Amino acid sequence: MADNADITFSKPLTGLIREDRSPLTLKEYRAGGGYRGLEKAAKKMSPDEVLEEVKASNLRGRGGAGFPAGLKWSFMPRDDKAPRPRYLVCNSDEMEPGTFKDRLLMEGNPHQLIEGMACTAYALGAEIAFIFLRAEYSVAAANISAALKEAYDAGYLGSNILGSDFSLELHLHTSAGRYICGEETALINSLEGKRANPRAKPPFPQVSGLFGQPTVVNNCETLCNVGHIIDKGADWFKSLGLGSDSGTKIMGVTGNVKRTGLWELPMGTPIRELFEGCAGGMADGYSLRGFLPGGASTDFLLPEHLDLAFEYDVIGKAGSRMGTASLILLDDKTCPVAMVRNLTHFFAQESCGWCTPCRDGLPWSEQILDRIERGQGSMEDLDTLAWHTQFMAPGNTFCALAPGAAEPIQSALKYFREDFERHIKEGTCPWH
Amino acid sequence: MANHRLPNHDIISLSAVERREIEAECRHYPKRQAAAIEGLKVVQKHRGWVSDGSIQALAKFLEMPVGELEGVATFYNLIFRQPVGKHVIMVCDSVCCWVKGSDPLTQHIGNRLGIKPGQTSEDGLFTLLPIVCLGDCDRAPTLMIDGQQHGHVDADKLDQLLLELEPEIQLMEVSDG
Repeated sequence: MADNADITFSKPLTGLIREDRSPLTLKEYRAGGGYRGLEKAAKKMSPDEVLEEVKASNLRGRGGAGFPAGLKWSFMPRDDKAPRPRYLVCNSDEMEPGTFKDRLLMEGNPHQLIEGMACTAYALGAEIAFIFLRAEYSVAAANISAALKEAYDAGYLGSNILGSDFSLELHLHTSAGRYICGEETALINSLEGKRANPRAKPPFPQVSGLFGQPTVVNNCETLCNVGHIIDKGADWFKSLGLGSDSGTKIMGVTGNVKRTGLWELPMGTPIRELFEGCAGGMADGYSLRGFLPGGASTDFLLPEHLDLAFEYDVIGKAGSRMGTASLILLDDKTCPVAMVRNLTHFFAQESCGWCTPCRDGLPWSEQILDRIERGQGSMEDLDTLAWHTQFMAPGNTFCALAPGAAEPIQSALKYFREDFERHIKEGTCPWH
Repeated sequence: MANHRLPNHDIISLSAVERREIEAECRHYPKRQAAAIEGLKVVQKHRGWVSDGSIQALAKFLEMPVGELEGVATFYNLIFRQPVGKHVIMVCDSVCCWVKGSDPLTQHIGNRLGIKPGQTSEDGLFTLLPIVCLGDCDRAPTLMIDGQQHGHVDADKLDQLLLELEPEIQLMEVSDG
């Protein structure tokens, strides 16, 4: 048991997860220190104390935006007069291209998520919670369902949890596709059985969310941290980070590297350590031209950025976003125009169609990129593309889908402009 | 409830099993309509796809307007509003799989089965669809057949998977070059 305790001290999220991802049973999870956080919260702490602990830990949202979780929770009305029921929703709609971290957490250790959600619901005074899971994650669905049954039977869910007056119903909802469901207000509409169009904010979900009731939506990885923070304390969580951000982060690398995969590393780890130390650098015969640091909806960075600390503000200052911390690599054998066309096709297809810059701007951008890639573009097309990225900028759209979609386009125009121009001048794709 | 705009008028009734499974989902929510997506998935699980008649029966069961349920059904890409083949093959076409060759892989499948993405083979055995990132990016290129994911798929592995599913089929000769 001592070994397990050590593992969860430095790698709280993945330390217990087996290589083959077969799920930890309740017994195994408990043997590794599982449910100590919930025991402590329900038996020894008030909801406010749990919330303050998470606030003090500086846990930031792991779904991509990096918003402080404790602060998000504090916007929910929690006094005696606050409306009931109140809801907690786990966003497990992981559909950001290049991102596959929540899947590992749910397949390998579903109890960790259940414990994190129970602690969070305790802090919020929420009595009903949902895990909103993307349809394709059928292994995760089966493992979560089995773990839910175990947790209900053991008294970690249901009425009067661990003898306290705290009760929580937790349901698994499996979705039916569409990237837009990951946007929190669209997710709420989807959970109500509607089309997943985003809602206007304000009112924010904490005030009026699911079925008009106070609702907090957090990402799966964010919630998985909560039990550990309650168990081991905010100071421990802060000490894990190497820079200004707290905790660890599951980071991924995909593309033509020696080893693709996921690694749990301290926040603030230099990107180079992930790229070279963990992924082994580029595969033989390939060299690195650039990378999307945090999933498909983030701006390209260049090899010169590899020595940056992988944390929210540092990546933000470099002109991109940490996002989901999943590196998508552009190698020298891949055409940057074709890659951006592929990304833009995804966003155009996944637009919910609710607002104009997204519904019309993205297909238009895809057509331009397609024309350039086929060698039929003009120099004016580059200006039109840049113009679209401005129309899709934050503040011009209903939600963050189109601004995210604009990020790889605008940064490719900045860093790989010569490649775009070569397509136009040579009348063909130089990679063909 | 005649609806002249719908091509078929076969207002079916939900089976007892379907009603029981959908009712279990309804219990999680304060409004029956909230179980719409799960209800559509239940119907699809039992019938392979969601017909106009199924939409009408389900809307009645969930106490919601038919048109609204139709709007929900057509929004979500994993709800099939047309019949699909016995096996549904979905190839990830998002960026990580694309970098690792999902385009030639899709073409290979299409050639083997004589169909293009979006089509069903004439024998009704296979439907080929593109799908967004399956969250299995470290095993790119990936695809999903009948809900089961397969990673590191190449032409040989794909042929093997098809023959495991349907040992009797004749795969069409292809030159993938």
